[in-house]
Amino acid sequence: MRRRRPGVFAWLPPMVPTFLLLGLFFIGPILWAAYTAFTNAALSGPAARDPEFVGWENFRRALHDPNLANAVWLTVLFTFGSAVIGQNCLGMLLAVLMQRRNQVIRAIVGMLVVAAWVLPEIVAAFALYAFLSGDGTLNAVLTTLGMEGQNWLFTAPMLAIILGNVWRGTAFSMLIYQAALSDVDVELLEAAQVDGAGPLRRFWHVVLPIVRRTVMTNLMLITLQTIGVFTLIYVLTSGGPGTASQTLPLLMYDRAFEFGEIAYGTAIAFVLLGVGALFSAIYARALRAEV
Amino acid sequence: MTRRRVAAALANLVLAGIALVFAAPLLWLLTTSVDAAAGLRVQVPDLTGQHFASVLAWESGGRALWNGVLLSGGAALVTMVAATFCAYPLSRYQLRFRRPFLYTVLFATGLPLTAVMVPVYSLFVRFNLIDSRLAVLVFLAAASLPFAIWMTKNFMDGVPIELEEAAWVDGASPMRALGTVVLPLMLPGMAVVAIFTFILAWGNFFVPFILLLDPAKQPAAVNVLTYFGQAGLVTYGQLAAYSIVYTVPVVGLYLVVSRALGGAFSLTGAVKA
Repeated sequence: MRRRRPGVFAWLPPMVPTFLLLGLFFIGPILWAAYTAFTNAALSGPAARDPEFVGWENFRRALHDPNLANAVWLTVLFTFGSAVIGQNCLGMLLAVLMQRRNQVIRAIVGMLVVAAWVLPEIVAAFALYAFLSGDGTLNAVLTTLGMEGQNWLFTAPMLAIILGNVWRGTAFSMLIYQAALSDVDVELLEAAQVDGAGPLRRFWHVVLPIVRRTVMTNLMLITLQTIGVFTLIYVLTSGGPGTASQTLPLLMYDRAFEFGEIAYGTAIAFVLLGVGALFSAIYARALRAEV
Repeated sequence: MTRRRVAAALANLVLAGIALVFAAPLLWLLTTSVDAAAGLRVQVPDLTGQHFASVLAWESGGRALWNGVLLSGGAALVTMVAATFCAYPLSRYQLRFRRPFLYTVLFATGLPLTAVMVPVYSLFVRFNLIDSRLAVLVFLAAASLPFAIWMTKNFMDGVPIELEEAAWVDGASPMRALGTVVLPLMLPGMAVVAIFTFILAWGNFFVPFILLLDPAKQPAAVNVLTYFGQAGLVTYGQLAAYSIVYTVPVVGLYLVVSRALGGAFSLTGAVKA
């Protein structure tokens, strides 16, 4: 029904606020970053007042920085473990198990899983911190069961932040999959059952092919949400002990604000932004039918 | 039939186990917030209201809550208005750049906000905007704008264009038609966008943590960290109490939105998976 091809004075004015906001606070910083990453800008010292152009120096340094290699690896591990495996599979398991359960069970389980997701990130992080710490609830339970507790945040920091992020983010996948599963035609499933297919085969050969597109979209979205996670890890382990759980956002924060090396921090931010842009582009393309 | 029963029982058992694991960390917040002997584990509380009373005092916690309301409320308002204006041409006119623009918007919704914070910080330093609540408000608004435009455009597409054409025939300008015909029908959708932006801004810790250094200007998201040993002493009772006070508005608004859109799918539903 869009039959009007309007002049510039019809469409431009209403879009000006958006162009201004996004230009100043979104595109501006990214262009600024593109410039800063090639200087030696710092928080203090002579380089803070008058940054010099240093060419590819920051990126050359990044390439040989063992901390960056470590952070990239940990980010991959964190994203794969907590999002692709953890949230995605647990979300699907919950959605499948909750189908055709009675209303009360669905409501209670759904409420608890969603609650962890609705909480502000920092509150979720505090709750997890208390749960996993040396004096925490998890160890209290383990002790009553006759097992020995430990300070999980210190002895197994990656496992702690991965499980923490699964706890926090599973609701998103669960909600998406619940909606997708409710669209699956029941008659198809019944037909498969008549043909003698068990629950696993029905899921693998009937349900999964139907919801495949949803799974792909969900994987993109949770990957994008996970690579940028800062607050949860900052509260739980601060990237430590040492650099044992220092993912890219934590390394970026550490270099830029703790060490005051703004330019180098920006170069790391660019790595993060690059990974995000890649996944985001795939995601936007996958949804081209909607545009 | 017995096999079916066993399967159902097994499913219920697994669900109960998962529910317990999800409940345990949450339970700590509830018990600790009213426990005079607050610690790190879930225990039967020695009841007290002291923690809530002390965190609600203006200096220690009240002011930060108010700052949060100003920041998030302002951001929600700015985003909603900008998104509505921007969505109108996208939804109603035939524009050559419509598809590329929407692609870009969709692309921008996916970018991790964390990654732009270092350059944003240095920009804020350069233009002397550190500790400016207004600048942070506008930045938070800009950060949620791509998603808000996407949602608003979808809501606006749902309003039939025939209604406006009638208004145009009667001599109303497009903006007048937007104000008198489209907006009233879109109010629920706009409210969803505003609430959504508010929730995102209210829950964002990293942005104000980087850009607001003066404790008197920090919102609750950052202030809650002071109970977590930033000031030297960890006070778990107050930490839990303040966490709950800080969380309640989000849960309330979430319930409103999910009621409005039907079911818990609400916030993810707008993503159109």
